[in-house]
Amino acid sequence: MLILSSLLLFILTTHSEALTPAAARDEFQEELVIRPLHSGDIYASFQFRTLWDTDFLQEGQKVSHYRLFPKSLGQVLSKFSVRELHISFTQGFWRTMQWGQPFIPSPPGAELWVWFHDTVSDVDGNWKELTNVLSGIFCASLNFIDLTNTVQPSASFKPLGLGNATDHRFLRYATLPREIVCTENLTPWKKLLPCGSKAGLAVLMKSEKLFHSSFHSQAVHIRPICQDEQCSSKAWELRQTLNVVFDLHTSGQGKKEWSLFKMFSRTLTEACPLASSSKVYVDITDNPELFELSPATPLLGQAVVLGDRRTYSVYDLSRAETFGQLRSFNLLLRDMLRPLLHAERYVAGFGLQTGEIHTVIYNNHPYRAFPVLLMDSVPWYLQLYIHTLTVTSKSRDNKPSYIHYQPAKDRHRPHLLEMLIQLPPHSMTEVTVQFERALLKWTEYTPDPNHGFYVGSSVVSALVPSMVAMRTNFTQDQPLFSSFVPVKEESSYFVRVYTEPLLVNLPTPDFSMPYNVICLTCTVVAVGYGSFYNLLTRTFQVDEPSPPLSKRLANLIRRMRGVPLLT
Amino acid sequence: MNYCNLITIFAFINLLVSIPHGYSNYVETKAGQFFSSGHTNNWAVLVCTSRFWFNYRHVANTLSVYRSVKRLGIPDSHIVLMLADDMACNYRNPKPATVFSHKNMELNVYGDDVEVDYRGYEVTVENFLRVLTGRLPPSTPRSKRLLSDDRSNILIYLTGHGGNGFLKFQDSEEISNMELADAFEQMWQKRRYNELLFIIDTCQGASMYERFYSPNLMALASSQVGEDSLSHQPDLGIGVHLMDKYTFYLLEFLEEVHPASQANMNDLFKVCPQSQCVSTPGHRTDLFQRDPGSVLITDFFGSVRKVEITKDTINLTSPVEPPIKRSGSSDIQIESLTYVDQLPVAEIIHQKPKQKDWHPPDGFILGLWTLILLVFFQTYGIKHLKHIF
Repeated sequence: MLILSSLLLFILTTHSEALTPAAARDEFQEELVIRPLHSGDIYASFQFRTLWDTDFLQEGQKVSHYRLFPKSLGQVLSKFSVRELHISFTQGFWRTMQWGQPFIPSPPGAELWVWFHDTVSDVDGNWKELTNVLSGIFCASLNFIDLTNTVQPSASFKPLGLGNATDHRFLRYATLPREIVCTENLTPWKKLLPCGSKAGLAVLMKSEKLFHSSFHSQAVHIRPICQDEQCSSKAWELRQTLNVVFDLHTSGQGKKEWSLFKMFSRTLTEACPLASSSKVYVDITDNPELFELSPATPLLGQAVVLGDRRTYSVYDLSRAETFGQLRSFNLLLRDMLRPLLHAERYVAGFGLQTGEIHTVIYNNHPYRAFPVLLMDSVPWYLQLYIHTLTVTSKSRDNKPSYIHYQPAKDRHRPHLLEMLIQLPPHSMTEVTVQFERALLKWTEYTPDPNHGFYVGSSVVSALVPSMVAMRTNFTQDQPLFSSFVPVKEESSYFVRVYTEPLLVNLPTPDFSMPYNVICLTCTVVAVGYGSFYNLLTRTFQVDEPSPPLSKRLANLIRRMRGVPLLT
Repeated sequence: MNYCNLITIFAFINLLVSIPHGYSNYVETKAGQFFSSGHTNNWAVLVCTSRFWFNYRHVANTLSVYRSVKRLGIPDSHIVLMLADDMACNYRNPKPATVFSHKNMELNVYGDDVEVDYRGYEVTVENFLRVLTGRLPPSTPRSKRLLSDDRSNILIYLTGHGGNGFLKFQDSEEISNMELADAFEQMWQKRRYNELLFIIDTCQGASMYERFYSPNLMALASSQVGEDSLSHQPDLGIGVHLMDKYTFYLLEFLEEVHPASQANMNDLFKVCPQSQCVSTPGHRTDLFQRDPGSVLITDFFGSVRKVEITKDTINLTSPVEPPIKRSGSSDIQIESLTYVDQLPVAEIIHQKPKQKDWHPPDGFILGLWTLILLVFFQTYGIKHLKHIF
C-alpha cells in the first residue's frame, strides 16, 4: 500500500515535470572592440546581445516571464506587432575619410525605422503610438515624429532579420536630426541591460567621459534571427550597441598612449555573471610588432569585417586570470585601408528664397563599378523642383536605373526620393536638385527660428565589392561585431553611409513686429483722434470758484442778520 | 518611619500607575504624528522655462531641486522634470554631461542618473497645464504623466524669466497667474492633490501666487512684486552665472535635510533673508489648513512612506499556467528560413509601381470640372442637348 502510494507519487512528479515545459532559453553576450584610428583617435564599440527563443507574436499566448530580455521592450513588440525595430541616438558626425567605416552606422540625431508584421491593419496608428511609447522609454522627444517627417522607403531599408515577404507598406522610417543625446538617454538605455551598469562591460559607461568625445552613438536593434546553423527556427535578438570615438587631444592629452582608465575613467573588475561570454577585442592588424598591449594575452582572433581581414587580441573576461592591473595600450599606426564608398552633402546658393542641394558620392575602388541606392527625405518646407534633378559622374550625365519619387504635401508629408545609381570606378558622382523655401505660418516657427531648420541625412546603401571573401553563414562563436549584417554572397558586403544633415534658414518674420505696430498705431490714434474729438466736442463753461472759508462764514452771519451777502 | 514607608509606597504605586499611562500617551502622540499629514504619496513637477546658453542658471536651479528631491526619496517615476533646453550636452559647455551649481565646479547637479521627461520644444504652456490637469492624449507614456490622487502631496517648482503676473516660456509664450490659479482649481475639483507646495524663483515671483483660490495650497516666491530676483555667482571657466540666489540658498538649506529630519516650513520661510538675497522672499499660507510650523519639509520634498500594519490574511490565487512551448510543429517543417537580400538590384529595377488606392477627385480638380460643366451647359443649354445626342 505504501509502496503503491509512493510509486504513484513518483509517477505523478515525473509526469508533472514532463508537463511543465522548459522555460524558453535566453542568453546574453557582451563584447567591446577597441580599434585605433589613423588620426590618433581611438574607437570603442560596445555590443550587448540578448538572444531569446520565444515568440512574441503568437496569437493567444502572452509572454509573461522575462529573464534577460527587458520587459518594457518585449511588451512593446507584442502590443504593436513589430517585426523589426532599429533606433539610434547619435551625437556628432562619423568622418568616414578619417576614421574608416563604423561597425554599425548611424546618422546624427535620432533615427527610427520599424518593420511591422503583415497582420497589422492600421500601420500609421501603430507607428504613432509606438513613437510615443519609445519617447517615454528613452526620455527623448520621439513624439515629434509624425506624418510630416515619416517616409515609407520603397527599396531601401530591407529587413535585417529573417523573413520572406518584404511589402514596403509595413515599413516606416523617420529621423529627427535635431535630437540631443545626453545622460538622460543613456540612463534608461543602461537600465535595459541584464546587469545594468553594475557589472560587466557596462561599468565603463560613465557619461562624463562618453559625451566628451568626437562621436557618440547608442542604438537598440531588435530582429528575429536564426537560432542555429540549420536555421529551422527563429529566435529574437536584441542588440544594444554603443559606439564612441575619443579624440586624441581632448581625451588623450595629445599622446598616443591609451588605457581603459584614460578612456573611460574606470577599469573592469568582473564580467557580468549573467553573460555567457564577455570579451574585449583590440584591433592589432596595423602593427602587430610595434604594438604594446599590457597585460599581454596569448589569444588571437581573426575576423572578416567590412571587407577586410583583421587580427584581434582577445581578452576573455570570464576567465579570472585576465584581471589584474590596469590595461594600457601603446599604439603606433600605419596607413589604413581607404574606404571605398564615401558621401557628402551641402546646400549651395544664396539668399532666403532658393537654393540647391548637392549630394556627392565617391567611389574609390580602382577598377570596379557598383550600384548604390540613394534615399533622400526632405521636409515639405523645402519645395524641390524635380525637373532640375541632375545626376552627373565624371562630368557626364548618369541616368539612374530606378527612380522613386513621392512629392510632398504641405504640412502632411515630406519628399521622398530614391534612386539606384551605378557608380563608375574611381569617380565622383554629383546629384543636384534645386529648391525653394516656403513661408511658414507664424505659429509653426520654433522658439529659436534663427537657428535654422534641419534636414535629415541622406542614406546611401550599397553592396561594395570586397577584397577578402566574406563568410555567408553565421556561427555562434563568431564575434558580434562581424555578424550584424547578413551576408548573401562572398564577394561583396553591405554598407550604409549617412551624409551630413543640412541646416537651412527659412525666411523668418520679425516676431516683435505685431507688438511694435500695435503700440505705434494706438499712440497715433490716441493723439490724433483724441485731439480732434476734443476740438469738436469740448465746450467751455464759466465756473464760479467756491469762496474761501472766511467769506463763507461771513455770509452765514449776514444771512442770519438778514443783510445782503458778499459776492 | 511607618509614615515614611507609607508615603514611599504610595509614591511607588503612583509611579507604577502613571508610567503605563505616560507610555500610552507617548504612543498616542506618536500615532497622532504618524497620521497627521494625511498624504500617502509624493509627486514633484519641476519646470525650467528658459532656453539659450545664457540661461544656464535656470536649468541648474531646477536640477538642484531635482537632486534634493531624489536624495530625500521621491523616485523618478514620481517626478516630472521639464527642461526647456539642454545645457549639459550643449556644444558650449566646456565639461559635457555636467551642470554645476557652485563655482570652481564643486557640485555636479546633473549627476549620472537623471531622467528628463519633457525636454526642448516640448516644454510649452499647453503641455505644462496638461500635465497638471491630467488631460493628456491617450498615447502619452506613464513617465510623462502626473498620476496623483487625492492623497498625494505635490511639489511644484517653476523657474525662469517672469514679470508682474506672468512667467515666460522659452521666450515665445507666457502663462499668467490667473491661468495657474485656474489650473490648481481644476486639480482640486478633480481631487488630484491633497496638499500642494508651490515654489517659484523668477523676478516678481510673488505676483504668481496672488490669485490662488483653491484650498490646501502653500506658496513661496523669491521676490515681491516690483523686485527682481538676482543671480548668484558666475563661473569664469564656464562663462555664465551658475545659479540664482534664492535657489542657491534653498539648495544649501536642503542639503542639511535628511529623510528623518524634523525641519518644518517655518525654517523654509526663513531661507534667504534680504541680507543674502537682496530681494525679499515671500510666502502665502492663508489657503493652507494646517499650521506651517507642523508641516515637515519631508512632507513635500521627501517621500516618507507610511506603513499600516494589518492582521487580516489574504488568500493568493493559484499562479498563471506557464505557456506551453511550441511543440513538435517546428520539427515537422524542414524548410529553412532565410535572410532577405539587402540590395536586390535586379528586383528593384523591375519593381512594379505600387497600386495606389483610388481617391475621388477633391478640391481643385472637382472645382475645375464643375466650372467646365457649368460653362458647357450655359452655352448650349439643356434643350439643345437632344440635338447633340
